[in-house]
Amino acid sequence: MLLQLDSVYAGYGGGDVLRGVSLTAEQGSITCIVGPNGAGKSTVMATISGLLKPRQGDIIFDGRSIRGLGPQQILARGLALVPQAHSLFPALTVRENVELGAYMLNDAALVRRRLAEVEALFPIVRERATEKAGSLSGGQQRQVEFARSLMLDPALVMLDEPSMSLDPKTAKEMFKTVKHMNESGRTILLVEQNVRSGLGVATHGVVMESGKVRLIGPAQDILNNPEISALYLGGSLEDTHAS
Amino acid sequence: MSLLEVNGISKAFGGIHALDGCSLAVEQGSITGLIGPNGSGKTTLFNVITGYERPDAGTVTLRGTDVTNASPSTIFGLGLGRTFQIVRIFSRLTVMENMHIAVQRRGVRSLLRRWTAPDERAHAQELLDFVGISHLTDAPAENLSYGQKKLLEFAMILIAEPRLVLLDEPAGGVNPTLAAQLTDRIKTLNQRGITFLIVEHNMQFVMSLCDKVAVMHRGSLLTEGTPDQVRGNPAVLEAYLGD
Repeated sequence: MLLQLDSVYAGYGGGDVLRGVSLTAEQGSITCIVGPNGAGKSTVMATISGLLKPRQGDIIFDGRSIRGLGPQQILARGLALVPQAHSLFPALTVRENVELGAYMLNDAALVRRRLAEVEALFPIVRERATEKAGSLSGGQQRQVEFARSLMLDPALVMLDEPSMSLDPKTAKEMFKTVKHMNESGRTILLVEQNVRSGLGVATHGVVMESGKVRLIGPAQDILNNPEISALYLGGSLEDTHAS
Repeated sequence: MSLLEVNGISKAFGGIHALDGCSLAVEQGSITGLIGPNGSGKTTLFNVITGYERPDAGTVTLRGTDVTNASPSTIFGLGLGRTFQIVRIFSRLTVMENMHIAVQRRGVRSLLRRWTAPDERAHAQELLDFVGISHLTDAPAENLSYGQKKLLEFAMILIAEPRLVLLDEPAGGVNPTLAAQLTDRIKTLNQRGITFLIVEHNMQFVMSLCDKVAVMHRGSLLTEGTPDQVRGNPAVLEAYLGD
């Protein structure tokens, strides 16, 4: 098990948003978290990445507790987060943005090697290297954000709603990229409101509601569960009764 | 005469032609969808219509009045409300306080009305209930999830009683079940006389809601028609929907 959350409680000061969250992400898996707005999905990612300290419970990554560590220490352990939206520095170039992902590395040769690796996976990083990130379209910026998250060669990449603001064609390509990142050895933890596509690409699914995990299992089982579909995936209870 | 007419709008940023002779008409009482690939100029068009960007060429008329180059506040005063792709709310204030600020944007007369009408809070509460976040009335806005913030922004627009509402990706980051509810809400408001122009990538949302869909590509209109006509158009499949 690469990542394990054990009864985690966390919030922003006005009470707990996460109320005893337990979930796991297996090595090599793509795990997709779905659920209603305000269920705590983004808060799970903020807590794992150290932006938010858990009030109670434990987070185990690669066999060791990371509870209470700062974001920088957690990143150094191999856990990278691509946040919900618009995290590039628009006035910096594409390459500068990607290089910022390696700011913790002191080895210039290693940075060059990593840059070459992410350029191979995301050609836009080379093609638009000297252009301002702010001049790229939403879909192109997403690719640069992904590329930046890989500069420290993380074992686990967390993507918070990667398909948001992407047109349907670009979203399809993005999900292919997620699969590609996974095949290149990364474990992926994903939050998606585009639930059919998110669970479609995932091996495992987690359904959250009101700060708790309601269901966890193989992604296909969750997609095919009529009650879950009606409550969270935009189907209707009438569909459930009809089927 | 259409409610909103956009004629031959062009807008360049440096060497990039974001809009290139774009024309579009929105009929009174319609729900018009505006779709197109990332970077095709949809948000720039919204910015021109609402006075946030000055076009290099072309005109915008609202109910027969030329509003090209008018300020955002003038255009807002003419009954045109909009939401943003990146939500604009006051995060340190509560949800209800944000609603009160939105009331004040209606101008001095409504400000006086607020003091003389004790039901203003009740009306705000009603709108929060209408968009499905009335349980969060007294929560600081920063505690809301991304999707909930978008719903708050929508309620803030509605309290200003607009005649035409421009929505920039209302379903982005919103759970499918809630998005389906949002569809019903928009239809209800439309029946009460509000016209909508909606940018959205969620095709299920667009297809179930819009009477007419306009497709943008490279800064101008590629085609327009009923949702079914547009969905079956090979050029739209190629440019936007993918295989």
